[in-house]
Parts: sequence; structure tokens; C-alpha cells
Amino acid sequence: MKSPPPPAIEVRHLSKRFGPVVAVDGVDFAVAAGSTTALLGGNGAGKTTTISMLLGLLLPSSGSVRLLGEDMVRHRYRVLPRLNFSSPYVDLPHRLTVRENLKVYGHLYGVGGLDARIRQLADELDLGDLLERPAGRLSAGQKTRVALAKALLNRPEVLLLDEPTASLDPDTADWVRGYLTTYRDQSGATILLASHNMTEVERICDQVLIMKGGRIVDEGAPSALIERYGRANMEEVFLDIARDRRSPTDTPEPTGEEAAQ
Amino acid sequence: MILASRRVLAIVLRHLYILRGSWPRVLEMAYWPTVNMLLWGFTSQFFAGHSDWVSRAAGVLIGAVILWDVMFRGNLGVSLSFLEEMWSRNLGNLAVSPLRPHEFVAAMLVMSLIRTVVGVLPAALLAIPLYHYSIFSLGLPLIAFWVNLMISGWVIGLGVSALVLRYGLGAESLAWVLVFAVAPVAGIYYPVAVLPSWLQPLAWALPPAYVFEGMRSLMFGHGLRLDLLLGAASLNLLYLLVTLAVFLRTWHVARVRGLLLGVGE
Repeated sequence: MKSPPPPAIEVRHLSKRFGPVVAVDGVDFAVAAGSTTALLGGNGAGKTTTISMLLGLLLPSSGSVRLLGEDMVRHRYRVLPRLNFSSPYVDLPHRLTVRENLKVYGHLYGVGGLDARIRQLADELDLGDLLERPAGRLSAGQKTRVALAKALLNRPEVLLLDEPTASLDPDTADWVRGYLTTYRDQSGATILLASHNMTEVERICDQVLIMKGGRIVDEGAPSALIERYGRANMEEVFLDIARDRRSPTDTPEPTGEEAAQ
Repeated sequence: MILASRRVLAIVLRHLYILRGSWPRVLEMAYWPTVNMLLWGFTSQFFAGHSDWVSRAAGVLIGAVILWDVMFRGNLGVSLSFLEEMWSRNLGNLAVSPLRPHEFVAAMLVMSLIRTVVGVLPAALLAIPLYHYSIFSLGLPLIAFWVNLMISGWVIGLGVSALVLRYGLGAESLAWVLVFAVAPVAGIYYPVAVLPSWLQPLAWALPPAYVFEGMRSLMFGHGLRLDLLLGAASLNLLYLLVTLAVFLRTWHVARVRGLLLGVGE
């Protein structure tokens, strides 16, 4: 019998303490290769800290992170060329044009045929008119698209996205979701995203990890979670967990809308 | 015109809160007057007893100013390149790219060389028609002086970058400030012997003191002092290795403390 492929992301007993504050508390999870997984949780739940440790930006206090089979603490430079990320916590140099920024990162990632790749991304992400504009003069939505272009420059096998559709209007956000799904399907890439947009999670994610107080408190496919909690959508599931309203085995409480009826 | 003291106080309070949480900013306030007083105090003291000194070697002060700028630009070339990444919140992007910290340092040193040449060369050329003094008259030793002073600038720039990485942008003014701490004791405009005897060992622990003494030796017709050049080169090598280790260690600490994403005031 053929053994299943190893997970693209494997996290074991991962913890991060900042002095007395435990930001991430013994987290375990695995993300299957070629899947899209959402990391959900309220503000301060530990999502960004977890993603930072996956990237090697932050060293864990204990536990291990393996990406594409490599230990991210000991051998991160073996795998960094094969992944990429975007986050609202970072930005691109403001005075460089979009094209100059993409060129710099293309060289850092060793992208072959760089000019053609930039043209391709500009076409796909509708950046043609922005290429010669300084990155600092873009609107929030335009910056998000440029950050996505930077994140896709090296055709990453693992893509880590922190709030990828934040600041985008519903139309553009919907288009980006479609683009990410197509990218995953065509390239076989693994996507892990942190998001507060539950519609996004339901639409593009195969699996959801829900964090609270630095721990993963529930996980599963969006449809399975919705069914388990007896709710209509992921937003209601999220609120149940965030507000400690009940465990998945309890009888569902009415939502505000249901109670009003 | 209404002047509401409550609103004025609110803005004063806003700045006091920043000062309270940022020791480099507080230090800077007292720093410039002290450094200026020391530098020009020693200069005045020296010239009071050696009024013919400048006339004995044409361009001794201009040469000193130009060479001093090599060190200053060398420092800024490193620290500004680093600060640019902090100001644009780009450090996180770089830190998850395949760029390694030592490659990042190497790039900053190359930028420092470019910035120094672009910054100092026009001033050196302008001194020729304006003051009939060419720094290039120092000949080949000029290259040795330039290289040594630029490395001294790199040492300070890397030290400043490590401090900014560790303490945030509150420490950014050190990029301009720290290099001037060296000025009063480096013997730029006067011999090290002018300094009080208790301060002279400190001067001889600084590579620029050897360079400026070497420059004066050459300009006063005493020839190139290889012992001084060797002293500067040895100390520079030592300090460069130490500062490089400090920068790389601070980079590691930044990964432990999560400083690569959360940069700011």
C-alpha cells in the first residue's frame, strides 16, 4: 500500500513565551501538501506568532517546525527559496517603484526569466498600470495586490499569507480568492492563511485550525465544523468558540438573528 | 486666538511619553553640546600655543575635514542602508527571503563604499580650485587612510544598526550621533598629545587617531609612518570582527524576541 505523502507543514509541541506571556502554547498540527488551510482566531490568539515561527522569523521557545521536510530552526535556508509570504505587518520599500521592488525580490529568490515573470504577474494581478509607480503611493488595496505579486514571484511551494484580502474591496477580494485557488490547483502549492474573513475561509480552505489563547481549540474541514456546531456558517462557529458559548456536542443556541425571529 | 493649555499640554505629554521610553533620545539632548564643547575646546587650546601650525602644512585642516568625512559617510552608508529597511517596514520581507544576515551586511558595506565615494569625491575635487589644496597630493597613502577610516565608519555603522535592531527606531539618531563621540579624542584637527594624559590611551585605542597622526606626519614631511598604519589596520580588523559578531548576535536575539516584524518607535 502506498504511504500518504508527508505533510508540507508539520508542527509539534510548538510554544512561544515572551517573559511571563505565553503567546503560543504547545500547538500541534500538520498541513497536507497541496491543501489550503486557515488559521483562525481572535486578535491576540497567537496566529501571527505561529506564522512567524513557521517562517523562522521568530524562534520557538520549545517544539519543532518542519516545512517541506526541513527543520525551520536548523535548516531554514534550505527551504526559504521554496516558500514566500505576505503580511500586513511588513511593507515594501516606499520609494522604489513596484517593478523595482519585484526585481529586487526576484534577484533575492533567484527567479529565472525575471522580466517575463514580472510581466506575467502584472497581467494576472492587474498591476500593469502600477509597475512604474512608487510602492509608497499605492492605495491599501493596490499594496495588497503588489504584496501578493511579491509573494508569488518565486512560484512558492508553500505560501503563508497573513490576512491576504485585508483592505480589498469585495470584488477584488473575491477575485484574489479565485486566483489563489487557481494557483494552488495548478502548482500543487500548499497555502496557510490567517484570516478574519469567514466567507473566504469557507470558500477556499480545505481545513481550519482555530486558535484561542495560544492553543488550537478545534480543527477540521469548514463543512464538518459547521455541522458539528450545528451552525449555518463559519462565522457563527467562530463566535461560538470565541465567546465560549458552547462545545460542539451541545444543543445549538440560537444566533442573534434566530432569536429575533 | 484661542490657546487651550489643555491641548498644548496634551501634545507636550505625547512627546514626553516618547522621551520617557527612549534612552537614546534623552542621551542625544545632552550629547551635542558636550561633544562640540570638547572638540572645539581642545582645538582652541591647541591653536593657542601653535598659531603657526596651519601655515607649516598647507591643507592640514582641509585634509583632515575630507578624511573625517570618509569615516562619517562610511558610517552613514551602513546605518542608513539599514534604517531604510526599518523605515519602510521591509525587514520582515528580507528576513524570510533566502538573504542571509552576513550577505545583508556585505550589501550594506558595498553601499557604504558607493555612498562614501559619491559623497566625498565632489568635496575633495571642489577643494582644489577653491583652496588650491588637493587631497590626492597625499599619493598612494591616501588609499590606506581612506580604507582605514571607512572601516572605522563601518564599525560604528554596524554597531548603530545592531542598537536600532535591538531598541527600535528610537535609537536611529545614533547613526548621526555616535560617530561624533570619536571626534574629540581621534585627533582630527590636533595631535593626540594635546589631549589630557588620562585621555590619550583612549585615543590610541581608536584607529582614526593613528590615521590622522599618519596624515600629519606625511604632510609635515616626516614621511609615511608604517607603524601608525599597522596600528590602525590591526585595531580596525579587531573591531570589525567584534561588531560583526555583535550584529549577527543581535539578529539572533531579534528572532528570539520577535523584533523583525515589530519595528517602530
